[in-house]
Amino acid sequence: MRETTNLGTLLDIAIDDKRYGTRAVLQGMRLQLDPGEIVSLIGASGCGKSSLLSIAAGLDPHYRGSVRLRGQATGGPNPEIGLIFQEPRLFPWLSVAQNIAFGAPAAAHDSARIDALLEEVGLSGYGDALPKQLSGGQAQRVALARGLYTAPRVLLLDEPFSAVDAFTRMRLQDLLARVAAERRLTVLLVTHDIDEALYLSDRIVLMGGRPGPARAEFAVELTRPRARTELAGAAMKAAILDSLHAVHAI
Amino acid sequence: METPSIGLPAAAPAPRRPVLGVPRRLPLGLLLPALALLVAELAVRTGSVPANLMPAPSEIAATLAWLAEHGLAGHLASSCLRVAAGFACGALLALLLGALVALKPHAARLLDPSFQALRAIPSLAWVPLLLLWFGIDETPKLILIAIGAFFPVYMGVVSGIRGVDRKLIEVGRLYRLAPLALARRVLLPAALPAVLTGLRNGLSLAWMFMVAAELIAASQGLGYLLTDGRESSRADIMLAAIVLLALLGKASDSVMGALEKRLLAWRDSDVTGARA
Repeated sequence: MRETTNLGTLLDIAIDDKRYGTRAVLQGMRLQLDPGEIVSLIGASGCGKSSLLSIAAGLDPHYRGSVRLRGQATGGPNPEIGLIFQEPRLFPWLSVAQNIAFGAPAAAHDSARIDALLEEVGLSGYGDALPKQLSGGQAQRVALARGLYTAPRVLLLDEPFSAVDAFTRMRLQDLLARVAAERRLTVLLVTHDIDEALYLSDRIVLMGGRPGPARAEFAVELTRPRARTELAGAAMKAAILDSLHAVHAI
Repeated sequence: METPSIGLPAAAPAPRRPVLGVPRRLPLGLLLPALALLVAELAVRTGSVPANLMPAPSEIAATLAWLAEHGLAGHLASSCLRVAAGFACGALLALLLGALVALKPHAARLLDPSFQALRAIPSLAWVPLLLLWFGIDETPKLILIAIGAFFPVYMGVVSGIRGVDRKLIEVGRLYRLAPLALARRVLLPAALPAVLTGLRNGLSLAWMFMVAAELIAASQGLGYLLTDGRESSRADIMLAAIVLLALLGKASDSVMGALEKRLLAWRDSDVTGARA
């Protein structure tokens, strides 16, 4: 029944059935990511986007289906798959540097790598600061650096910029675009912001209000770096909005 | 608390407004005790309060000086040692059992109901039984103090670990921490505020139970001084002992408070000094 994995596919998420109690949230959902591809997942809240991400990250074993990385079932959290949460989720008792290196054993604490990461996310010199001293945007930058510390191939992000103000959000989006390009990351981004999806992704996947396969897919064939004002995106945005309306109308 | 070399805006403490023009560092908390001492001294000197029931502060000071030359150090040492030993035993046991109960569901189902039942017993009710079982030497006193210290610490550890934010635990799982590493790197640090509050409450209860234990049967210690003062109708000795208990309790609590402040400097709260 299930089509075989393409040779080129890096991450293959196939969820036959995921339910909370008796309520099904995901059914027959299949999502395949090619190496270096940036995919956005949009849909109404409660449609199972976050559940899908949690399963892909290996945090939720209670589902029927499989998550395969290069054809191998992951069966749990995998160092090659990083996850950035909606909130920074930094450990308040650890310094910024210790938070970044949290994913690696203490013996592997590599301060040169931490400094390089801090520079990469624009927080040079903040290594000794405590999370309480950071703004929301800075904290999310540290969370991104922590996600990158273990050098994952795939980065999953769960509405990572939804809790910051509009200007900070744009700067964080630019940061993510740059980091993903430089590191050739494969990215799966859950968002409810169509502009964000258009700005960042190669492909936009729309999930319906009821459990089932993806409702629609949009390939975003805009050149990079993209301008936020680009008109070519406007037509597609209208199409996505139409699809969203259709999904809600069902 | 000190900020690293870079100027981080959030780290600067908000300047405190001087209250009623009083300079910031003046120990305002000493004002009331000083006034009370002054009033007591005047009341006794003018004869409006009988000196045998309420000796003047100056007389209590003289008694303290006299006691200092007649074995006060021994009394202080026995009391402090009892508190230290009893508190250490009770708190250590509570830390271990509390962590076990909070981390292992099986242990919780097995142990917690019994601890809750034992906690419901007013701890002083153990005194007669302890005296019967262990006689009147050190053992029953230490056990009583340990019981007093145990429950606040136990409750702090259990509620602290159980209250750890699920979202932080999820980060630990994402980075594939083994159960022991998860406990050490996530659960225990996150539970530390509640644990320290439990330790602080446990310590103050340890002082309380030390006095109770010494009132009943002791030949050394501040509780013994209280009994001795009552038997010889010496209010000055009793008050001297009470003053010393107040000072020791306050000193040990301040040490715990300083420890708390130091260990929890990472907390994002502006209550520093509120309990000092």
